[in-house]
Amino acid sequence: MFRENMEADVTFDSDDAGRFDPDTDDAYSSTEEMAVVESPPKIISRGVDVFYGDTQALFGVDIDIRPNEVTALIGPSGCGKSTFLRCLNRMNDIIDGCSVRGSITLDGRDIYAKSVDTVHLRARVGMVFQKPNPFPKSVYDNVAYGPKIHGLATDKDDLDAIVHSSLERAGLLDEVKDRLHEPGTGLSGGQQQRLCIARAIAVEPEVILMDEPCSALDPIATSKIEDLIDEMRNNYTIVIVTHNMQQAARVSQRTAFFHLGKMIEYGHTDTIFTNPNEVRTRDYITGRFG
Amino acid sequence: MQLTILLATLLILTVIGFHMGRSRAVSTAVSGIGHLNSLPSYYGIYVAVWCGVPAGVVLILWLLFEPQVVETLVVAGLPEAARTLPENKLDLLLNDIRNLAVGNIVSRDVDPEMQRAADHYASIRRMGGAAMIGVVLALAVAGIGFGRKAISPELRARTRIENVLMVFLIGCSTIAILTTVGIVLSLLFESLRFFQLVSPVEFLFGLEWSPQTALREDQVGSSGLFGSVPLLAGTALISFIAMCVAVPVGLLSAIYMSEYAASKVRSAVKPLLEILAGIPTVVYGFFAALTVAPFFRESGNLFGIGISSESALAGGLVMGIMIIPFVSSISDDVISAVPQSLREGSLGLGATKSETIRRVILPAALPGIVGGILLAVSRAIGETMIVVMAAGLAANLTANPLEAVTTVTVQIVTLLVGDQEFDSAKTLAAFALGLVLFFITLILNVAALSVVKKYREQYE
Ligand SMILES: Nc1ncnc2c1ncn2[C@@H]1O[C@H](COP(=O)(O)OP(=O)(O)OP(=O)(O)O)[C@@H](O)[C@H]1O
Ligand SMILES: [Mg+2]
Repeated sequence: MFRENMEADVTFDSDDAGRFDPDTDDAYSSTEEMAVVESPPKIISRGVDVFYGDTQALFGVDIDIRPNEVTALIGPSGCGKSTFLRCLNRMNDIIDGCSVRGSITLDGRDIYAKSVDTVHLRARVGMVFQKPNPFPKSVYDNVAYGPKIHGLATDKDDLDAIVHSSLERAGLLDEVKDRLHEPGTGLSGGQQQRLCIARAIAVEPEVILMDEPCSALDPIATSKIEDLIDEMRNNYTIVIVTHNMQQAARVSQRTAFFHLGKMIEYGHTDTIFTNPNEVRTRDYITGRFG
Repeated sequence: MQLTILLATLLILTVIGFHMGRSRAVSTAVSGIGHLNSLPSYYGIYVAVWCGVPAGVVLILWLLFEPQVVETLVVAGLPEAARTLPENKLDLLLNDIRNLAVGNIVSRDVDPEMQRAADHYASIRRMGGAAMIGVVLALAVAGIGFGRKAISPELRARTRIENVLMVFLIGCSTIAILTTVGIVLSLLFESLRFFQLVSPVEFLFGLEWSPQTALREDQVGSSGLFGSVPLLAGTALISFIAMCVAVPVGLLSAIYMSEYAASKVRSAVKPLLEILAGIPTVVYGFFAALTVAPFFRESGNLFGIGISSESALAGGLVMGIMIIPFVSSISDDVISAVPQSLREGSLGLGATKSETIRRVILPAALPGIVGGILLAVSRAIGETMIVVMAAGLAANLTANPLEAVTTVTVQIVTLLVGDQEFDSAKTLAAFALGLVLFFITLILNVAALSVVKKYREQYE
């Protein structure tokens, strides 16, 4: 459905046509439905370079991530989507030899500043991984893990309430009500992934990063999680990496296309999918490469 | 000498067989090698097997049974009077005949009867040797002929070789198993003999160990008490002290190495720890006896505590140091086997490194670590050298680590060193102790393996 639109009304004349310029205020002016009144970006990344040892994986990435929106990162395998995502909660710190340059701010504060405590940052910016990775503990303990280490619950009842509401919001409560004390690893793949989401939201983060959260799931589990993401948008800022174009189109409001470590194009999902400025974006979305 | 030449010839024949088989295979494949069932070299091996294996088996059997056969023949040739000698006398006589035949010194006057027997012996040996060579070489050549005949493009040499290989491998593992079974059985039988002399109840529950039995009937003061409890208690005490040292140090250094150390540090420290495992236990032993134990005694004196110069503490401590690398390398493996995704999951929730280790990684790795510790315990229980040198020989029944104690293995050693009667209770006690030790370590190992196995299933 995208292809028809695109071929009808887009002409690709020059490579420069859609270059994203973060420093000009009207960076989005070309996209039609840009609202005039907008809350300031939650996360702003400017000129982010990432190196794994001597090889550079990301080249000057500039993105503004808006609050209460779902931002999708798409692009061919190895283009640096996960790398960028992991920059946002400094997960790259735990990789030997990985270094990040440039600036990323969360609510205007540089997250790579010396004074920033990664432990706090990660509590604010939660993460859900590609493969469901519940701890080998009970369902309850999986969800209670974050609140316990951050001291979010004052007593047992409080903790129970947090666990229940997190499972509820992750749409898992009904399925696991009776097996809260059975191992989380015994759930189905889709349930495990929702358990991981519940675990992440139990810490009350502001941003949730999801790296291909549905790649290991069947269509039914996937649609459940997509519904969940759509709903969570009201309370959280979400960044999701996906290889599934339909998924990106369905759940996200903005989409960034990455290629070979560079962010090629960023804009409203509708625009990216129907009327991209870049040939490479169109080719990727229509399945011509990648 | 003769044998070496024979073996060399057999080898050469086998090689020749290989080449003949291969070239034959190539020449039978009229319409190209592709038509053969297997690659030509398989046919070569096929012929070589036919050449070498039957001949080799016959050779081995021959060498095993030749002495008996020759002996029977020689005895049969002896005069009536000699044949009816009691067995041990006959053995001596045969020995002399053998010596005479090869020209060694003989323990008695040589009479013509004996000379004749010796000549008889020599001639049988000569004939036997010649026959052996003849039979073996004939078999080898026949094998080549047979194998070569059997070669045709349809012969599935590849599967045949596979079968031969399998039989060979089964043979090898059988040897390993049979040896173990043999050792266990001999332990068992000798222990049974011991239990005829000393009751199992006394052995298992007796509180005193002083294995000096009387050599003469009228000797006094050597009652021979075989209560193994002090030994087991000593073993337990020393192993406990050793584990108190090894488990915390080993586990914590494993955590440091697998979670905190930069890869450079890790690659330097790990081999260093492994060197610790390579030091011979004797070296640890005299380190314990000459450095650690006197140090304890001196510092004990300083505080007015009497510490004997051979103490469970010194032995256990040094043994613990010896075991550190076991605990640390197994724990390191187990901790590294915990999936990275769990670490990321925990860190991604804002947990610190130590929270992640304490709450996620260690619980996940715990079964494996326990398995590793059990293996280390069985290692501690079996350790002898350090205890001999540092903890002493006195079979005290005590829980005080500052006194000298002794262990099961040490007592086995002291029971068997020096000249001993082989059927005295004292000697046989070593077998009973060995059996007890065997059961304890067996149980520990089985427990450890099952725990480790359970752990493996957890992430699959
Ligand atoms: N730990 C690492 N060490 C070295 N290089 C890495 C590491 N992780 C990623 N890279 C490299 O960085 C580049 C970007 O990887 P990244 O994982 O971000 O890709 P991706 O877009 O997420 O791909 P995919 O869609 O396959 O997940 C790749 O070339 C990859 O080889
Ligand atoms: Mg990725």
